Amino acid sequence: MRSIAQINEKIKKGKAVVVTAEEVIDIVKEKGYKEAYETIDVVTTGTFGPMCSSGVFINFGHSNPPIRMQSIMLNDVPAYGGLAAVDTYIGATEVSQKRGMEYGGGHLIEDLIAGKDIKLHALSNGTDCYPRKEILTTINKDNINQAYMYNPRNAYQNYPAATNSTNKTIYTYMGTLLPNYGNITYSTSGELSPLLNDPYLRTIGVGTRIFLGGGIGYVAWQGTQHKVEVERSANGVPVVNAATLAVIGDIKQMSTKYVRGAVFDRYGVTLFVGIGVPIPILDEEMLKFVSVKNSEIYTKLVDKSGNVNIDKKFNYAELRSGTVKFNGKNVHTAPLSSLYVARNIALTLKDWINRGDFELTEKVTGLPFENKVNSLEIREIK
Amino acid sequence: MGKLKLKLTFDKDCVTRPIIYELVKKYDVMTNILNANIEYGNRGNMILEIKGKDENLKLALEYFKDLRVKYEIYAEAIIWDEKRCISCGSCTAVCPTQALTMGKDDLLHFDKDKCVVCQLCINACPIRIISVEL
Repeated sequence: MRSIAQINEKIKKGKAVVVTAEEVIDIVKEKGYKEAYETIDVVTTGTFGPMCSSGVFINFGHSNPPIRMQSIMLNDVPAYGGLAAVDTYIGATEVSQKRGMEYGGGHLIEDLIAGKDIKLHALSNGTDCYPRKEILTTINKDNINQAYMYNPRNAYQNYPAATNSTNKTIYTYMGTLLPNYGNITYSTSGELSPLLNDPYLRTIGVGTRIFLGGGIGYVAWQGTQHKVEVERSANGVPVVNAATLAVIGDIKQMSTKYVRGAVFDRYGVTLFVGIGVPIPILDEEMLKFVSVKNSEIYTKLVDKSGNVNIDKKFNYAELRSGTVKFNGKNVHTAPLSSLYVARNIALTLKDWINRGDFELTEKVTGLPFENKVNSLEIREIK
Repeated sequence: MGKLKLKLTFDKDCVTRPIIYELVKKYDVMTNILNANIEYGNRGNMILEIKGKDENLKLALEYFKDLRVKYEIYAEAIIWDEKRCISCGSCTAVCPTQALTMGKDDLLHFDKDKCVVCQLCINACPIRIISVEL
């Protein structure tokens, strides 16, 4: 057994052994679990995929005379006006009123992180204490007060692969799906993915310090639609979408390398978010979890034309190969999340820990491990 | 042997002529229609790849001129802004010829020779970094 405090002592002395969730696989292959456990203190993970449930809280500071903003536009993208006078939240999927889905909340967040000037136009009824009724100005990340990302649902622990049974192309958040099972898309960094390396959330909980968008962030809460009572493989890894994280971090530390606005054709705007979670190797069991390989991580297939589960599972080694056998045919597979950037995140986090810039945290409290997800029924209004 | 990728624009007089047949028959070129939008008795356009001996390709272009079919040659197929690419792979889902593929290094690779300018990747790219040069 090894504690997080012991690991942090080693990090301070520059003696911690840190490897990525890919590198650990070869080490285990060579040395076996026991010896690998004795050597390795921390395994870093990473993911860089489209995560719609993301956004940024902003405080603009007060103008003179002041305004209580009620209708707020940032580069013609509507932001939430239901908070205090100069607070807002801009969600990733909001779209521009002028440019439609070619520019939206995701792009705005990227531009904010890039340091670009952003047009702010806000209206108000005016009050005795906030007399101004309109404001038109520009803002950027250096002249506003707080700007922190708070993403209600990120880093999904697995996600079903998608295909299309109909005879027409469909346009979805899982990309463009060609007719008659013409392709299969999937979104994961697989063996590098944070929550796939800690399937029972032993080390990840509220307060866990993470890499978020190029800066330091934290796990704030369970993500929305967090689900743990799901079908799992023998190794404990869910075969469907399962746990999720709500995460928080200062956008002033972030980089557009790890936060990018995006459009899914005829679907809408989203945000690619880069997340890396360090996993302390507390015991041999944790080491076994982090050494999981793509060939041991399975995901179900869903027909996105009707959101119907198909009785078929693939592992990520198969999906990564570019072609899978399905219904007796070779079907082309395509990823939606960038493994290249995910690897870069895991390596960056490894580097931060090696340099002593990033210490691990004990979770303040665990994420729920018993729950059910409600669906929205159509109920009679009384 | 040479290869040309062309965008042809017909007016209504040429729409009724069997142009592809005449191309193959007269100039011994291999034709591959990549995209066509032709209304009988009206205007139309076509993206066409032709392969053949260089002199025959030249003659084929003369043939278009005689027929008053406007043609534009695709100098470069698709423009991929590699520096801004995040290598997510979304475009590979729709590429019909595997011109866009994920490499062993997990970066996106683009093979110009395999590209047929179908342009499906342009909208499939979530970062909007693929365009076409006309």
